Amino acid sequence: MTSYFDRSYYLKGIRDGLPFIFVVAPFGLLFGVVATEAGLSIFETMSFTVLVIAGAAQFTALQLMAENAPTVIVIISALAVNLRMAMYSASLTPHIGGLPFWHRVIAAYFLVDQNYALSSVKYEQEPDMTLPQKFSYMMGAITPVAPNWYLATFVGALIGKTIPPGLALDFAVPICFLAMIGPMLRTGAHVAAALVAVTLSLVFAFLPYNLGLMVAGIAGMITGAQVELWTERRRAS
Amino acid sequence: MKEIWIVIIAMGIGTFGLRFLFLGLVGDREMPPWVLRHLRYTAVAILPALVTPLVVWPQATNGAIDPPRLMAALVTLALGLRYGNVLLAIGGGAVTLYGALYLLG
Repeated sequence: MTSYFDRSYYLKGIRDGLPFIFVVAPFGLLFGVVATEAGLSIFETMSFTVLVIAGAAQFTALQLMAENAPTVIVIISALAVNLRMAMYSASLTPHIGGLPFWHRVIAAYFLVDQNYALSSVKYEQEPDMTLPQKFSYMMGAITPVAPNWYLATFVGALIGKTIPPGLALDFAVPICFLAMIGPMLRTGAHVAAALVAVTLSLVFAFLPYNLGLMVAGIAGMITGAQVELWTERRRAS
Repeated sequence: MKEIWIVIIAMGIGTFGLRFLFLGLVGDREMPPWVLRHLRYTAVAILPALVTPLVVWPQATNGAIDPPRLMAALVTLALGLRYGNVLLAIGGGAVTLYGALYLLG
């Protein structure tokens, strides 16, 4: 670990990841509560949360088990919700694919929406970052997120009470991500990609297994790539 | 309840597999330019697509369109676009949300 640790970038990652505590804490609490209500022991709930660290997929699995869906369907549906993780993995590979094997294992285990969003923006904003700086930033960004996800789940499972809905903490997730989307829209290609993805996410929201997200996301990526090509060609001619 | 352990273990392995797929198998090998060109737009496509249905049809209102949440979303996005400052955008969005919930709710 020593040679891949850059203190200043680790601290930058922590600082950027801090707002996500407001996302992870209520979500984790809720998972703890719902899981124990569904009959999971604290040990089962914690194993689930630590091995999977993917809130939406964990909720999907619980929901389907409560509906007595066949185990295979539970697993496939919940994994479909996580398909976006493969896209994140692909998207970060050009940046951190050069890390040693075990560092890539650690980065993969901790790859979640929050540190993916932060890291992908940071790597594009600062293309000169070194591999240790990139790895440290990503690990910093997960530092306020993962331990609090575990802790909140544990507290939820233990007390079985969640935060009252009047606080509207359900909306912490959209607000945190929306706040990051603005700064990502740096070129026309970015804007076009986001607009297509937003529109199609609503059009295809009816698709099962969260597949609307994949359709919208891939269409957005194709749009961004095409607009980029078109812009380059126009500039060259 | 044995089924839960099958689900936990399968999801643990499957989710890690998805996360490790490219980081592990591609590693530092060069990817073709057209692939890289698409990957540059992953975040800006997936994250808005993830959030939009949550904004338009919030779970808290059982999917009914909710003016305070819509306003908060627009303010957050606009502040992020205008100032490029994530914390400012989050703060502005939260103030809008609670303000609008208080006034309209």
